[in-house]
Amino acid sequence: MSLSRSFDLVFTLTLKEIKVKYRSSALGYLWSLLYPLSLALLFFFALRVVLKVQVEDFVVFLLSGLFAWQWFANSLSASTVSIISNASLVKMVKFPYFVLPLSNVLNDCFHFIASLPVLFALAIFHSKSPSIQWMAGSILIFLQLMTTLGISLVLASLNPFFRDLERLTQIGLNIAFYATPIIYPFEMIPEKLKFIFYFNPMLPVIEAWHRLILKSEIELWLIGLSLIHSIFWLSVGFLIFSRFSKRFAEVL
Amino acid sequence: MREIVIKFSNVDKSFPSYKHPGIKTMLLRPKTLGTPRKRFIALKDISFEIYKGEMFGIVGKNGAGKSTILGLIAGVLVPDRGKIEVKGKVVPLLELGAGFHPELNSIENIMLNGVLLGASRKMMKAITQEILDFAGLNEFSNQPIRTFSTGMVARLGFSIAVHIQPEILLVDEILAVGDAEFQRRCLEKIDQLRKANTTILLVSHDTNQIEKFCDRALLLEDKSIKLIGNASEVIKAYAS
Repeated sequence: MSLSRSFDLVFTLTLKEIKVKYRSSALGYLWSLLYPLSLALLFFFALRVVLKVQVEDFVVFLLSGLFAWQWFANSLSASTVSIISNASLVKMVKFPYFVLPLSNVLNDCFHFIASLPVLFALAIFHSKSPSIQWMAGSILIFLQLMTTLGISLVLASLNPFFRDLERLTQIGLNIAFYATPIIYPFEMIPEKLKFIFYFNPMLPVIEAWHRLILKSEIELWLIGLSLIHSIFWLSVGFLIFSRFSKRFAEVL
Repeated sequence: MREIVIKFSNVDKSFPSYKHPGIKTMLLRPKTLGTPRKRFIALKDISFEIYKGEMFGIVGKNGAGKSTILGLIAGVLVPDRGKIEVKGKVVPLLELGAGFHPELNSIENIMLNGVLLGASRKMMKAITQEILDFAGLNEFSNQPIRTFSTGMVARLGFSIAVHIQPEILLVDEILAVGDAEFQRRCLEKIDQLRKANTTILLVSHDTNQIEKFCDRALLLEDKSIKLIGNASEVIKAYAS
């Protein structure tokens, strides 16, 4: 399968996802903001107003993790069903099926990037001065893209065979949300438990966003850890996908 | 000697039986993972050849394995045993609505569907107008296709498939597309494709269609080929 063919497919499918999202709702772009914003408000109320948790610039802290998490969670949910929801196509047409989950991940990536100006504006509003370091965000986006794609490929390729995976993914995402330092700072995790958290593929990226937005710091060890995760998940993803994709048409 | 574009040699195909063990069984009884699951046999020892430019019919009862043969030709299914050779760009006529998105308009859907079927974006841009004209959907080109009638969607699907220059066209039960006027144009287009040496496979249990359009046909019975030959002979055997 030629490269230009794959490119055409990815481009067309991603464009389709983006268009559909903007077209089928009156608020369009605002929806990709409203959900994380409402979550931020919710956690701000519960954790700051009621529980009196002391974290500096809590709203900016919350949003710098929530937007990235939203991308991750949406991509995984969409990718898990990406093969099944295109069953009639997969059963009749041969094409590189990985473009289906990939276009889901790219679609959410696009919405994440579109939400960044809001995050930056909010940070500046909370008297964080914009810094050249913020450019490093592009590296984080790239690393998250790889990791998310890798896990998406695993879920997309297994779901046609074990359809319970759809439900398990939702439960898993709920657990993973609280197992990632999004609503609490990384420093608050007990020292003894920290090594377990390093196995969380989203931890380094989310924590890197925190440090980047709030302190304009680029932590190389977080980027390194994230790189390890992305290489690992991408390899596992393509390995499993190439093994299982041959049998998709049989079980759909 | 005519050029062979599709060749099946001793092909067997089976499917996993419908009920899969589910995660629960797998977790509780990991041993079941190792034991091969019972598979159900769909095709047994199938061998045949189809020549370039031929219109070839496949008949048989429900579940005889007709669509499995199309899946094998399209390359989405892998045979258990035997060899399949296919030469040329295979384009299936998709079932209604497949490869379309209801929220997008027909121009966007033409691009989407065409690229999924194997055409390039560049080519699709060039033939969009032609496709719209043929489907008779020019005045609705900016409407989301969820507002279309079933017939309009079917017309659009047919129009895309026949305009992206298929070398082998796979048709599964759907030549009854649109109104009489569109049917006539479909048949004209199919004639035109045949003159351009396109190979067409028609799967149907409507024996009239097969007899009327096809040169040769194949009768599937009990997972194997019962007869290959002249379309009218095959239909006679099928009817008896």
